[in-house]
Amino acid sequence: MDAILLQTLNGLDKGSAYALIALGLTLIFGTLGVVNFAHGALFMMGAFCAVTFNKLLTLSTITLDPEKKDFLGNPLQVRTPYIEDWLGPELGAAIIDWSVPLAILFAIPVMIIIGLVMERGLIKYFYKRPHADQILVTFGLAIVLQEIIKFYYGANPIPTPAPSAFAGSFDFGALIGMDPGTIIYPYWRLVYFAFALLVIVAVFVFLRFTTFGMVVRAGMADRETVGLLGINIDKRFTIMFAIAACVAGLAGVMYAPINSPNYHMGMDFLVLSFVVVVVGGMGSLAGAVLAGFLLGILESFASMTQVLDVLPGINQIIIYLVAIVVLLTRPRGLMGRKGVMED
Amino acid sequence: MLKLDSKDTRLFLIVIAMTLLAPFILNPFPEGSNLAQFNAGYPDLMQRFVIFGIFAIGFNLLFGLTGYLSFGHAAFLGVGSYASIWMMKLLTVNVIPAMFASVIVSGLFALVVGYVCLRRSGIYFSILTLAFAQMSFALAYSVLTPLTGGETGLQLKAADPRILDFGAAEGSIGRASFFGIDMRASMELPVGSWLFTLNFGYYLAAFVMLIAFYVSIRIFRSPFGMMLRAVKSNQNRLNYTGVSTKPYTLAVFVISGMYAGLAGGLLVAMDTQVGPERMFWTASGEVVLMTILGGAGTLIGPVLGAGFIKYMENIVSKINSKTLEAWFGFLPDGLEDALITIVYPFVGKGWHLTLGIMFMLVVIFLPGGLVEGGKRIGGWLTGKGRKSKTDGGQEATASTPAE
Amino acid sequence: MSGFKMNRRGLLKSGAVMGAGLAMPTVFAGRLAADGHAFTNAPTGGTVTLGFNVPQSGPYADEGADELRAYQLAVEHLNGEGDGGMMSTFSSKALNGTGIMGKKVEFVTGDTQTKSDAARASAKSMIEKDGAVMITGGSSSGVAVAVQALCQEAGVIFMAGLTHSNDTTGKDRKANGFRHFFNSYMSGAALAPVLKNAYGTDRNAYHLTADYNWGYTTEQAVKESTEAMGWNTVNTVLTPLAATDFSAYITPVLQSDADVLVLNHYGGNMVNSLTNAVQFGLRDRIVNGKNFEIIVPLYSRLMAKGAGANVKGIFGSTNWHWSLQDEGSQAFVKSFGTKYGFPPSQAAHTCYVQAMLYADAVERAGSFNPCAVVEALEGFEFDGMGNGPTLYRAEDHQCFKDVLVVRGKENPTSEFDLLEIVEVTPVDQVTYAPDHPQFAGGSLGTCNPGA
Repeated sequence: MDAILLQTLNGLDKGSAYALIALGLTLIFGTLGVVNFAHGALFMMGAFCAVTFNKLLTLSTITLDPEKKDFLGNPLQVRTPYIEDWLGPELGAAIIDWSVPLAILFAIPVMIIIGLVMERGLIKYFYKRPHADQILVTFGLAIVLQEIIKFYYGANPIPTPAPSAFAGSFDFGALIGMDPGTIIYPYWRLVYFAFALLVIVAVFVFLRFTTFGMVVRAGMADRETVGLLGINIDKRFTIMFAIAACVAGLAGVMYAPINSPNYHMGMDFLVLSFVVVVVGGMGSLAGAVLAGFLLGILESFASMTQVLDVLPGINQIIIYLVAIVVLLTRPRGLMGRKGVMED
Repeated sequence: MLKLDSKDTRLFLIVIAMTLLAPFILNPFPEGSNLAQFNAGYPDLMQRFVIFGIFAIGFNLLFGLTGYLSFGHAAFLGVGSYASIWMMKLLTVNVIPAMFASVIVSGLFALVVGYVCLRRSGIYFSILTLAFAQMSFALAYSVLTPLTGGETGLQLKAADPRILDFGAAEGSIGRASFFGIDMRASMELPVGSWLFTLNFGYYLAAFVMLIAFYVSIRIFRSPFGMMLRAVKSNQNRLNYTGVSTKPYTLAVFVISGMYAGLAGGLLVAMDTQVGPERMFWTASGEVVLMTILGGAGTLIGPVLGAGFIKYMENIVSKINSKTLEAWFGFLPDGLEDALITIVYPFVGKGWHLTLGIMFMLVVIFLPGGLVEGGKRIGGWLTGKGRKSKTDGGQEATASTPAE
Repeated sequence: MSGFKMNRRGLLKSGAVMGAGLAMPTVFAGRLAADGHAFTNAPTGGTVTLGFNVPQSGPYADEGADELRAYQLAVEHLNGEGDGGMMSTFSSKALNGTGIMGKKVEFVTGDTQTKSDAARASAKSMIEKDGAVMITGGSSSGVAVAVQALCQEAGVIFMAGLTHSNDTTGKDRKANGFRHFFNSYMSGAALAPVLKNAYGTDRNAYHLTADYNWGYTTEQAVKESTEAMGWNTVNTVLTPLAATDFSAYITPVLQSDADVLVLNHYGGNMVNSLTNAVQFGLRDRIVNGKNFEIIVPLYSRLMAKGAGANVKGIFGSTNWHWSLQDEGSQAFVKSFGTKYGFPPSQAAHTCYVQAMLYADAVERAGSFNPCAVVEALEGFEFDGMGNGPTLYRAEDHQCFKDVLVVRGKENPTSEFDLLEIVEVTPVDQVTYAPDHPQFAGGSLGTCNPGA
């Protein structure tokens, strides 16, 4: 019982990452009709926003400590971040400690700019090109973004810890009257889950209850008619692209403490996010979110020892197996609209 | 000739000439010169050019004609490879039975996968093929280790039974051969300061590729090919007129899978080793990129795309700082350092960066792929530059089956 | 055009063997060397070309870059440039800084991408195009096994880089291949006594294992040696290579009565699984009245860096560490550190040593012929290369030397100072019989000179 509860929590957590990435992807892919192979790279750029912000905060003065020796026997270089110099060691250290949540403020403008530049500079010329060309150009872009990060940060993962206030685990067991310590869950993962829900709700509210969102939704359904009504739909699509990039980026920022970011993390998520979007159904935001959580939870359950004993290796293929079953039983995924990307 | 019209005959003759002369064409720089780095005329890379050419030609039959974008084609390549190495381990090191086995096994696998996946179209089809390929990869890497050798893959071993190789020396490791001729047998031709290597394995693979290419032309020009194009342009209309498209699409899917299997079998014939990463989604993605890069729906495009990507992977990745120093060594020191600093991020470990940039440049400036580039150059040379520019615009996209 | 180089093809051009004919059928371009024995890519003229095949893209690119630095350093030292590094502390004095057998050492590089296909393609181009007489490098066992088999077929020597699976010198061993790096069995054997001292003999271990060959051999090795000292193995679970989030595998550990978690993971897998395990508070748990402990059988400093503070206090084993105080290690760290500004990794060390050992073997054999080199390396005993007295065993081409047991440092003084050496396990404790069950099923075969 508690095992199932824990795996459900794991699934929700994993699912929130999938859902966030898929949400952004489906805004671009399911609605603008652009097959964006660079979406994983946007997620990765988000995570590296957190890394970069941390590096900026820890820019340091170097002093030599003759007492200690470095590996060559020279005096050891001691680094003191400027921010600790300026704001005092305690406040400075606290700000550095909170660098990941603070990096959200840094990532939003950065990701919006990246999104705008990408759309205006590249993607807008590809709306009418075949999907094959879109794949080639966005894949090329993904490689370029990835290699730039590799050039500056190397290939190894870079530790980006959460604030120490979130270091422990929350005891669910005690909350619902079970023995303490049986169902514990790390605070940061709960934060990630809550954050994902917040972003998802915000995107839905924005699209559903604002005039802007209404126009965009109308544009998705029938771009030409909206254009004929004298509405500049292109501009709104540009903004949508920036929002999608921003959602992917935020998913990346908050993910950084869960797994240390590396330059190819985007590629690891790329295929998976396409599967999630398609299982959810093309053109459906709700479908993407639903599929994200569904696949996350199923993946967690498939990793349980009890399941693996019966079906060895099922954890390796569960996502793809589910995708096949869903697509064969429901022709347009869970909630897909007719006629989107079907030919 | 060979039931081809004159245009196709000309193309086919050019391709024959190119493949036969490849050891010379690809080695334009003299041995030992600084530019010898760019020579690609050594057996392994030439073999890869033609083998991945076959893979891409097969992929293009499916994608270029019907528009069905399979994102799991590497699975057939991998299955073909495994079938072929098991043939060599169990029966004989002769590559002919191995190649037949790879084509048959991958054809059967494609029949099963195609039967399921072709029930959907568009992106749903792509994801279904991707799912099958990723499952094949994941299982081959882990659970199926007894059959596939897992991470380390399969190689020929001295202990292999090879029941048909009666004369084989006891305890010797088998070498892939064609009725006794070693795949690695080479003839070296020194001409002045050039050195050309004529490799038997390459010519065998090239011969197979020419057959594959010829079959592909015939399919393009056949009523069957016409039907497949009809599927691409409007499947609904076909359905309404009472034509069931499934047998056609399934047939071409299986043919395409057999091409991939053949490529996999040849890979093993040239280099007797199989690893599961051959089936990873990036490998499937690579053949998609090769086809689009070269020009989807064109006859020769996929081969060009395959050559381009393999060239980048094997040549540009080998340029290191020492090579750069040798190139720019004649320049004044400051200029030399500056040039090396500029070029270095794009070569060696940065070869992916160059590849990514090339992808973007090609697709931005040459809609229609490398073939379009070739046509434009041809157009300028014959003074028809203006014309080819106009029809190289929005219209000449992947949907036009132009050669 | 300063780069003119006489290689095997240079000989051809000089035309001595060609006579009037233009063509000569060969298999893998075997050549008659000066001493009359034919072998692949026999160096002619004043240079010899070595092939450095390391991962330059993909997750192990940083490790590959470090390997390449070490190789470049080794080439400098062999050619008599720089401070000579470990050449001065090496017990064999055959090398004198004039290249190998008087030939200047040149090298070519390639990208393995940590994929066996790509690694073989790259190695083949070095052999076929560049005339490399030895291939070395790599950062995974899959690649090592694949390239080793290729070198056996082609008739060149393969000096393995970082490869830890038992299979490389076990069931997939080859006469032309040599491994200096330690292996899964040695990790298990070295760790067990230290773990016994630190955590007692009454422990329940839970294994998470990467689902591929290296994971299997490491799990088996650690399991067997810890069970031999009385530990109980509660469960072993295979995790997919592609896994990034290990939460689904960590939470069942919370549910079990295990009090030790063994992470048979390497690279990105290790970083993520360790980070996740610490996130879930495993380090703070008390099970059966004992502190919960985590063990990482194969440590790499480069990778440990990725896990940040999570490595603190966690035991593991490593082939070599820059903080070793022996003469050889010190000389190497000084030489490497002065050139590049940071200390070398264990991957860099093993690659440097492999290049040196190869050069030395050629000098002692008096020939580049792979079979002569094999003979010179088999049963070779040496010292002064950072691991104490070492034997290259003839039966399986595996080096036997001391193994380091390390622990994540509590108070690192710099970004390189992540591990502290807990114990140097003497070589006797990690030595095993060549036909040990964990290594069974392979045979070296005979050396292949190619032509």
